[in-house]
Amino acid sequence: MTAVALPSATRPGRQARSRINLVPTIILVIGGLYCVLPVVWIVIASTKTNSELFSTAPFVPSFHGGFVSNMRALFSYNNGIFARWALNSVIYAVGGAALSTVVCGCAGYALGKYRFPGSVWLFRLIVAAVLLPQIMLVIPQFLLLAKFGLVNNYASVILPQLVSPFAIYLCKIYSEASVNDEVLEAARVDGASESRIFVSIGARLMSPALVTVFLLQFIGIWNNFLLPFVMLNRDQLYPLTEGLYGLLIITGGQAAQYSIVVAGVLVSIVPLAILFLSLQRYWRVDLLSGGVKA
Amino acid sequence: MSTVGDRPIASPVRPVSGGVARPARPARRVRRRRRSMLPLFLLTPAVVLFGLFTIAPGIYSVWLSFRKTQVGGGLLGDLNPTEIFAGFQNYRDAFADPEFRHSIERMLTVAVIGVPATIVLATTLALCLDAKRARLVGIARLGIFLPYAVPGVVASLLWGFIYLPATSPIGGASFDYLGSRAVFFSVANVAVWGVLGFNMVVIYTSLRGLPRDLFEAAELDGAGELQIALRVKLPMLAPTLTLVTVFSLIGALQLFNEPTTLKPIANAITSTWVPLMRVYADAFVNNNIYQGAATSFLLIVMTVAATVIANAVVRGISRRSTR
Repeated sequence: MTAVALPSATRPGRQARSRINLVPTIILVIGGLYCVLPVVWIVIASTKTNSELFSTAPFVPSFHGGFVSNMRALFSYNNGIFARWALNSVIYAVGGAALSTVVCGCAGYALGKYRFPGSVWLFRLIVAAVLLPQIMLVIPQFLLLAKFGLVNNYASVILPQLVSPFAIYLCKIYSEASVNDEVLEAARVDGASESRIFVSIGARLMSPALVTVFLLQFIGIWNNFLLPFVMLNRDQLYPLTEGLYGLLIITGGQAAQYSIVVAGVLVSIVPLAILFLSLQRYWRVDLLSGGVKA
Repeated sequence: MSTVGDRPIASPVRPVSGGVARPARPARRVRRRRRSMLPLFLLTPAVVLFGLFTIAPGIYSVWLSFRKTQVGGGLLGDLNPTEIFAGFQNYRDAFADPEFRHSIERMLTVAVIGVPATIVLATTLALCLDAKRARLVGIARLGIFLPYAVPGVVASLLWGFIYLPATSPIGGASFDYLGSRAVFFSVANVAVWGVLGFNMVVIYTSLRGLPRDLFEAAELDGAGELQIALRVKLPMLAPTLTLVTVFSLIGALQLFNEPTTLKPIANAITSTWVPLMRVYADAFVNNNIYQGAATSFLLIVMTVAATVIANAVVRGISRRSTR
């Protein structure tokens, strides 16, 4: 797009480099440091033993085997329950996000590509639920599930998170914009059944939206704190967020355990950061701001 | 109700100019000859789950908010308390409790610090990303987005250590980041840190969707980079900024994770510091789910009100600035 406007400046020739736009670059660097330095600090802090944590310079890593001993302490804490928490987080996030993508993708396609009595009304109702923050429904959800004895298990954390109004909205808008009606009609003329059309044409064309929904839901569930906090009281079922919080509560006053929590914080950041960096290309944040371009 | 739904999300990037020639969506001329059962089938899981986990709890919550337990008289009275109708008593109790008002004030204080900071910083950074000849764009974008991958609880733990006098790398020993005043900024900072990158990317993407020729025209007319950013780009971002503001506000009203996680290390944070913590305490610590339900219904009303107001305000501002 910009290539037309600045044919000479787009290539980083010597001339272009001499005209770096300094102010925005500096602001970006400051913003980047603000966001990255705390993570860098936690990486460095995880290399320190507990006593070094309180005594050495904050941004100087230590090489006295603190990292290994911290990790060993973390993973052997309470018979290795930390690994269990990590596994639980993966189960909640992967399972929940996958199911949610299917549920919301199907619903979005149905609302986007079919008209039937009440479809508009239903869509409005679902979208209005964005205003009903999930977080405030947690207590009645807990009470209802508890009535049927369904709390304190994996399902109680996954089921309430499957329907996301925003994900359905996204899938509906995207299917309207990118699943071409002519193609669908042609497939119908060729005798394909509606379900066949959905699976082999609709779902395929919607894949960018589906990937985005999956990642959004993955992060949402991975980061969710309140729902498991309310639904679970067995630490065997905790996700990482709950587990780490519990660790802090237990170690609360005692500074002696801080290095374990620091190590736990580091371990819980890494997988998601890697997932992000590696999948950055595939998920389209532009969908969030409504910029659907078919 | 439909404010979030229809307006801001549906149309943000569609520019006022240039969009004239855009053929409106192709008229719905798709014939549905055969009535298929497929849409029904596809919608069933979502509708059932929506009913079970959104509608039903919502209604149940309202129902509970008008109930209370009656501690029966007599010797065995409190062994089997009965649930009775309470009218608006739970709501009156909530309003009569000064601590509830304080918790709302504290939440609003954090929101007043955090929401504008998020919007201003995210917009500034997005404009910088979009600026001509800015360097280190890719790596800065990645770095600023990084905190989004950090769960709120973990971010709070992380910042907790940064604030904590014993471990602080930013002088927590000489300045009390968790003191009664500073704690508002500290909590807001954790929240801003977590959502800044996400908001920046949303704003940046909609910036990229704006027609470039307009900026070039402004440049030919002698407008500087800063002028283009403030006078041309910013007004056109109004719909996106509305969206981002509304979502930040909703997020602020739901403040829970950060103060809850910081509570063990910050004496200034009480167990009813913000309304949602109070709801939690009511329901699970004091075993008064009725009071908790009333409080959370009040919060939902506030959320809706805040959304409508934010929409009106931002729309008003953007209308004025385009004139």
